Amino acid sequence: MTLLIALTLFVLAVFLGLELITKVPATLHTPLMSGSNAVSGITLIGALVSAGADHTMLTTTLGFVAVTLATINVVGGFLVTNRMLAMFAGRKKRRP
Amino acid sequence: MTTPDVISVGYLVAAVLFILGLKGLGRPRTAVRGNLMGATGMLVAILVTLLDQSIISYLALAVALLIGSVVGVLLAVKVKMTSMPELVALFNGFGGGASVLVATASFIEAVDLGSADNRLAIAAGVTALIGAVTFSGSIIAFFKLQESLKGSGFTGLHLVRAAVMLVSVGLVAMVALQPDTRGWLWALVGAGLLLGVLGTIAIGGADMPVVIALLNAFSGVAASATGFVLDNSLLIIAGSLVGASGLILTRIMCTAMNRSIYDVIFSAAPAAAVGRDDSDVYGDRVTATSAEEVAMILEIADRVVIVPGYGLAVAQAQHAVRDLMTSLEASGTEVVFGIHPVAGRMPGHMNVLLAEAEIDYEHLLDMNQVNPTFAQTDVTIVIGANDVVNPSARTDPGSPIAGMPILDVDESRTVIVIKRSLSPGFAGIANPLFAADNTFMLFGDGKQAVLDIVAALVSV
Repeated sequence: MTLLIALTLFVLAVFLGLELITKVPATLHTPLMSGSNAVSGITLIGALVSAGADHTMLTTTLGFVAVTLATINVVGGFLVTNRMLAMFAGRKKRRP
Repeated sequence: MTTPDVISVGYLVAAVLFILGLKGLGRPRTAVRGNLMGATGMLVAILVTLLDQSIISYLALAVALLIGSVVGVLLAVKVKMTSMPELVALFNGFGGGASVLVATASFIEAVDLGSADNRLAIAAGVTALIGAVTFSGSIIAFFKLQESLKGSGFTGLHLVRAAVMLVSVGLVAMVALQPDTRGWLWALVGAGLLLGVLGTIAIGGADMPVVIALLNAFSGVAASATGFVLDNSLLIIAGSLVGASGLILTRIMCTAMNRSIYDVIFSAAPAAAVGRDDSDVYGDRVTATSAEEVAMILEIADRVVIVPGYGLAVAQAQHAVRDLMTSLEASGTEVVFGIHPVAGRMPGHMNVLLAEAEIDYEHLLDMNQVNPTFAQTDVTIVIGANDVVNPSARTDPGSPIAGMPILDVDESRTVIVIKRSLSPGFAGIANPLFAADNTFMLFGDGKQAVLDIVAALVSV
């Protein structure tokens, strides 16, 4: 990937993100934040390669810690978001 | 298809799922599905990454994934809804920390293999910096939210911060100029960590929603920058999406506090107001009341607005408030909640707490919806909120919070303020609302006070 293509992706994705999430009701501020936070744990896929590549002890160790931290971020993030959203949804069912 | 092709297609699928997921998270009806889509995208991304031929030892990966999953599940399942801001801050920090480690590891590897160029060095430097700021900033925010760390900074903090920022930029340049010297990169990580601490150490409670949202944006940008290091399109796309969503939330929070993003990041810590004595404002005009009196006032009310603040979370009063609402509604009183955008410690904090207590979100009105209705409101009950209902924001141009949009609770016929004492809120200023003729103060713990009112309502 050339630098220019990478920059293009970056800029377009920022604009896409700004367009996607313009009017979010206050009720969803926290779930949106924790859900998108889980998405930012995508750095996990980079960590997997660093940890698994077995280059040197140092890089493997850094990768190992990174995989652990990013997995906590990803798993915990999506799960806690789901838990919060279930509270909103559960309430609706009880009051038809 | 070759393996790299499979990986690329997998990444494309994951990117689309992230986009649809974030879109879904923005609307109440699709939010659950949106979150699931995001999680599915992540699973796809992880699975195809494991096909990568440079991964040769799977055991360590399995161990790390297992540890991370167990810890993540435990944290997510055990957390109390009142501690949600802490958890979000912590996850944020972990994401930022992971980005630093990944960027550092791949940069070191590239240098060892002799394939490091300027572009890689700059990308690694930027990632290390932003990731380190996100990590230490989030950890400080975590401890501040737990209230195990207090501190309001020191004079000249913003100057020190600016100096460290300049040094950091210089260090990024040094990393790019001398990629073979690992010391520059480590120094940069150190500077980033320091910057994160300096940026959040002076943050008080009311600024928390802005800071949490901003750190959320940073964690996205850090992931995106990692994508530039690894030449990985999915990291760039997913990271930028998160960065954008964090930026939007930050902007919403800033508007609600009448501050600019620039002020929050670069300005000196907001000085505590000095000068006017609280007794000038309060004098002997503050009227204290009892739960029984409040119950009598509520008995004859047709419309009641409840305004919650951070004090509600501290007192864990959300279930008691639900009981109060149920008991008022049973006697035909209309009850709604008026929620200021920065009430609490993170965006949407009050909504989450009230949802936990099974209060319908149709009952939750935001500032623009509730403000025009205060004039037709018989009783407004303020629980643990202070600065967001301070009329000085409207009336006193010299006030530190002048111009901040507030809830106009003083326009309702009667205001009941449930509060431990007359102590000022985060802005450090007295609140003329407490001394207003139509305001009654019910001093005490938020939860107990509400329970007392409910009990008194039953016996009236």
